[in-house]
Amino acid sequence: MQTLAYPFDGAYLMKKRKAIKKQLLLENPPAVTKKIAVLGGSTTNDIVNMLELFLLDNGIGAEFWQSEYARYWQDAMFGNEELKAFAPDIIYIHTTYRNLGANLSVKMSAQEINNLLEERFAHFTAMWEKLAQDFGCTIIQNNFELPNYRLLGNLEASDVHGTVNFVTRMNLKFYEYAQTHKNFLIQDINWLSASYGLEQWAEPQAWYLYKYAMALPAVPVLAQNLANIIKSALGRNKKALALDLDNTLWGGVVGDDGPEGLEIGEETASGEAYLAFQNYLKSYKDIGVLLTVCSKNEEENALAGLNHPAGVLRPADFVNIKANWDSKDRNIEQIAAELEILPESIVFVDDNPAEREIVRSQIPAAVVELAPAPEDYIQSIDRCGYFEVTSLSADDLSRTQMYLQNAQRKQASRSFENYKDYLLSLDMRAEIRDFEPVYLSRITQLTNKSNQFNLTTKRYTQAEMESCAQDSRAIRLYGKLTDKFGDNGIVSVVIAQIRADEPRTAEIVLWLMSCRVLKREMEYAMLDTLVAQAQARGVTELYGYYYKTKKNAMVSRLYADFGFELVSEAENGDSIWRLSLENYQKQCTVMQINPKTE
Amino acid sequence: MDKQEIYTRLNEVFQDVFDDESIRVNDKTTADDIDDWDSLEHINLIGAVESEFKMRFKMGEVSGMKNVGEMVDIIAARGK
Repeated sequence: MQTLAYPFDGAYLMKKRKAIKKQLLLENPPAVTKKIAVLGGSTTNDIVNMLELFLLDNGIGAEFWQSEYARYWQDAMFGNEELKAFAPDIIYIHTTYRNLGANLSVKMSAQEINNLLEERFAHFTAMWEKLAQDFGCTIIQNNFELPNYRLLGNLEASDVHGTVNFVTRMNLKFYEYAQTHKNFLIQDINWLSASYGLEQWAEPQAWYLYKYAMALPAVPVLAQNLANIIKSALGRNKKALALDLDNTLWGGVVGDDGPEGLEIGEETASGEAYLAFQNYLKSYKDIGVLLTVCSKNEEENALAGLNHPAGVLRPADFVNIKANWDSKDRNIEQIAAELEILPESIVFVDDNPAEREIVRSQIPAAVVELAPAPEDYIQSIDRCGYFEVTSLSADDLSRTQMYLQNAQRKQASRSFENYKDYLLSLDMRAEIRDFEPVYLSRITQLTNKSNQFNLTTKRYTQAEMESCAQDSRAIRLYGKLTDKFGDNGIVSVVIAQIRADEPRTAEIVLWLMSCRVLKREMEYAMLDTLVAQAQARGVTELYGYYYKTKKNAMVSRLYADFGFELVSEAENGDSIWRLSLENYQKQCTVMQINPKTE
Repeated sequence: MDKQEIYTRLNEVFQDVFDDESIRVNDKTTADDIDDWDSLEHINLIGAVESEFKMRFKMGEVSGMKNVGEMVDIIAARGK
């Protein structure tokens, strides 16, 4: 919803919260619902209210449980029955430097202060360990904002007697913990409060009157930031940027001014701003965001602009370039179709408000409200948090490469008369095995973001996936596909659960595949392997489930293609399928599965 | 500022915060008259009134106001 997109009016959101919530529920009923426990060292009510709006805007419904005022530690440590019954999917711990108990005095020795630091840190780690043990879910803990006054002035930063120094060291200890604990994420309110302005953030009235750790107008800012972390952890980030060219990536109009007339590079102030913006966008490739062009231009001119010697973005940085005179909403839909992603996972960036309006009104793509001047473009995209990173996987680094290889494969397929010959020519090798610890985060990531080729759309937190990896009745498979053009990484995940009461029957609770390997017979390779492993464990029949969503129509008949028989079909489109494993014939004939030479 | 104008604008703020278009406030209105007006919504209400009238209540005023009439008196003195 436009009202909730950066730059939003926080006061308006607070005032109209109830009406906005109604509208969100009406226009965009949440695809998933999560239980979020908020353990606060200060008041959290309006934080939760605002968080609810921003999550709904990301398609996430939430149920909340909040601790009584400032009882975050007690609730975590001494077992709160309500919290236990609530069984959160995510726990957010909202504390302020005032909860640190950093009552320092210049009379204290450095040793005493170090001891206090360790003791206060242990207060937090004990709580995190206990929560991890009791709930095994993702924990989000904010770090600490700096105090808004300094007894020792600038010395506070470097001297151990300074509260600024104490808070800074504590924050560093939090980060070390985060680096070594996978389901533990830091919300950086230290940065957020600096960006907002500590003077405005740390308004004393909000603390004394309401025990809020920040001024009321800062609450929506905190909530949007938190919603970004949560949606990223749930795998609901956007996937691609669709970028306009003229006056977006460079100053001027390449078709009119020619590449030599464009403003880009170190020569002028605006040229530098555009160059910084290009550098910023290019870095997105490294975190797995796909770059595409959506420009009204002759393709020849677009390419000339992208080959400008003073620019840094090159045609090869883009997985798809649409430079033509069609309307932009149609081009974005085209890009989505060609990349096999959904239009709503595309973020459109264009300096022209009219183009933004057209796209906004026609398709569900996200539209960045780009600032009017190029020097502010970076901030416009950055603050939206569309690509918030909660973990980095090796696949993120090479995603652009994979999509470019896919384009090469499509090119190659045109020169074969017979599709099977083409598949054979790809020299495909599949690695299909039980989950391995190093792949768990990628498996979870793929599980949470696959929408189209996904039979049950069941989502898992990292912690749930870890516990599944320990389950002796689960048959788990990840599929990795390599071919002569390169490694596609992990592209498919299947989990079948052997029934406790009927060990000869297994139910396929999860079956998904990345759309980038559609029509490669990878699904047959997965089925062959699943059947072999099921048979080895004495299973004689498999049940498959198709749960219909708005996005997974492409697999509604997958089990029929596999040779399953239909058991039942509900009115809402959900269906149940059954396959007897007696006389099962292998179905994948175009690749080697787990070749021995590896 | 004219009190009539204050009441008109204030009434809209109340309607927005409590999402209830039937609300009509007058100088006698108190938290007891509006179902959702609890201490937590009070915080939000004060914030919304402050941003509507571009003014700040003092700490003592926030907890000391007895009814909408007193709120309007403060707004009349300092609001914009």
